[in-house]
Amino acid sequence: MRNLTGALLAGLLSTTFVSADPVDDKLVLNEETTLVTRTAAPAHLSGVLDEVMSGWLFRGTETRAMQTDDFDNPGMIFVDKGEDSWNAVEGTEGKSCASCHGGSEDMAGVRPVYPKFNEAAGEVRTLEMQVNDCRETQMGADKWKYTGGSMANMTALLASVSRGMPVNVAIDGPVQSTWDEGKELYYARTGQLELSCANCHEENFGNMIRADHLSQGQINGFPTYRLKNTKLNSVHARFKGCVRDTRAETYKPGSSEFVALELYVASRGNGLSVEGPSVRN
Amino acid sequence: MRILGIAVVVTGLTALTVYAEETAPTAVSFTDGAVVQSLTGVSGDPVKGREIVGSKKMGNCIACHEITDLADVPFHGEIGPMLDGAGDRWTEAELRGIVSNAKMMFEDSLMPSFYRTDGFLRPGNAYTGKAADDTFGPLLGAQQIEDVVAYLSTLKD
Ligand code: HEC
Ligand code: HEC
Ligand code: HEC
Repeated sequence: MRNLTGALLAGLLSTTFVSADPVDDKLVLNEETTLVTRTAAPAHLSGVLDEVMSGWLFRGTETRAMQTDDFDNPGMIFVDKGEDSWNAVEGTEGKSCASCHGGSEDMAGVRPVYPKFNEAAGEVRTLEMQVNDCRETQMGADKWKYTGGSMANMTALLASVSRGMPVNVAIDGPVQSTWDEGKELYYARTGQLELSCANCHEENFGNMIRADHLSQGQINGFPTYRLKNTKLNSVHARFKGCVRDTRAETYKPGSSEFVALELYVASRGNGLSVEGPSVRN
Repeated sequence: MRILGIAVVVTGLTALTVYAEETAPTAVSFTDGAVVQSLTGVSGDPVKGREIVGSKKMGNCIACHEITDLADVPFHGEIGPMLDGAGDRWTEAELRGIVSNAKMMFEDSLMPSFYRTDGFLRPGNAYTGKAADDTFGPLLGAQQIEDVVAYLSTLKD
């Protein structure tokens, strides 16, 4: 009886729904750089996903178009703000980021490998953690709020100079236990709705959940400029929103749990181009 | 006359309490995923059930299911099967089981358990992101479950 019903359901599923697959489209930036928005899944996802896809492919035509031209991408205004603070002297040491690091474009290649292990500190660091560490210990300046505007402007700048480079976070060696923890969190069914990241973003990408077209929940496009709240949204703020929507007690932005989850989610996008700041709805 | 009135009211109340003996979320008894006994003893109202199924604030069933009868409510999801004809496919007891705790009928189902209060990982206080407190209750009340079951039973091909 139950098997019969299963067959019936499967039949219903395949015939009734118009499939809402990702679009077949290419993301060409400023008419010159082609970004990789779909590619073979990294080896650690074998048996789970064949292909990984950017969230860009799941957005509507207008939203996608906004991201193809820097003059139309509202996120680029925040990149300019990030550039201002890159050059601004702050803190007791009288230094700016530029004093030690040179031009922001010299940071190309940094975003794609974060989160990464910091040998000296013996910890896995997100880009936000590294920026705050430089502010505190190198500049003698106050830390920025983890998901605040100044931090998002800076991560947008750091992402923008790496656009087009493939995400390439390490998952073994000293980060392996953190990666394992992140993976466990990804598959944990949280909250009163008992839904995991995988339930929505692995098993149901391409499907509609009420009015939303589910993507794979990749983070290669972060920070994202969202039309919904007209500002930049950081990775951990997005994680928090998704966990909250399962009617769960969320983790805090910057917490060890979200750092681990970020490493794991980033690794699911290894091979996709860095897109930040991207445009989403 | 007044005395009579009071007597009627009192009998009325006793009768109500007898019928309003709800089965607690922790005391629901499942047989092969179905729940034979009504959770309240009061028959469900399909009109209210329809509202609960379509409302984002209540059942929000259409977040995952498409239902032709609810075409007036925008945005139906496609995570679960279309519910047209659910009243033909399932008995009332089966529908009560599915809506109360779908995981008893479909192993590891993505469908939330609407009448369950225990066994959650990091349960929150609704959509606040904060931890659950002592106001924590099932997603739908016992009578709401009955209303939804009554509505689903009307979905015939
Ligand atoms: C006084 C010099 C100094 C200043 C000022 C400074 N940094 Fe750094 N920064 C460093 C050093 C040294 C490292 C390598 C740190 C380490 O490995 O622990 C580093 C590393 C980084 C990294 C990681 C690079 C990589 O390849 O992993 C980022 C990103 C970064 N800094 C951003 C910033 C930003 C943004 C600012 C301004 C808010 C800033 N830094 C200010 C000295 C500085
Ligand atoms: C109930 C379904 C659901 C669950 C569970 C869920 N999400 Fe999401 N998530 C969404 C929806 C809807 C969106 C917006 C549309 C989209 O991009 O999928 C979204 C968007 C995202 C995005 C933005 C993608 C982009 O390209 O901008 C990320 C990242 C993300 N989710 C990560 C997660 C992680 C990590 C978890 C687990 C902690 C999770 N989500 C759990 C529904 C869910
Ligand atoms: C998070 C998504 C989700 C939500 C919300 C949800 N369901 Fe489901 N439902 C499913 C899935 C998935 C199935 C398929 C059964 C399985 O898990 O294999 C299902 C199966 C069913 C079935 C049996 C399928 C059939 O028609 O033969 C019924 C009836 C049903 N759901 C009713 C409801 C009702 C009523 C609500 C709201 C009170 C609801 N669902 C909310 C996901 C959902």
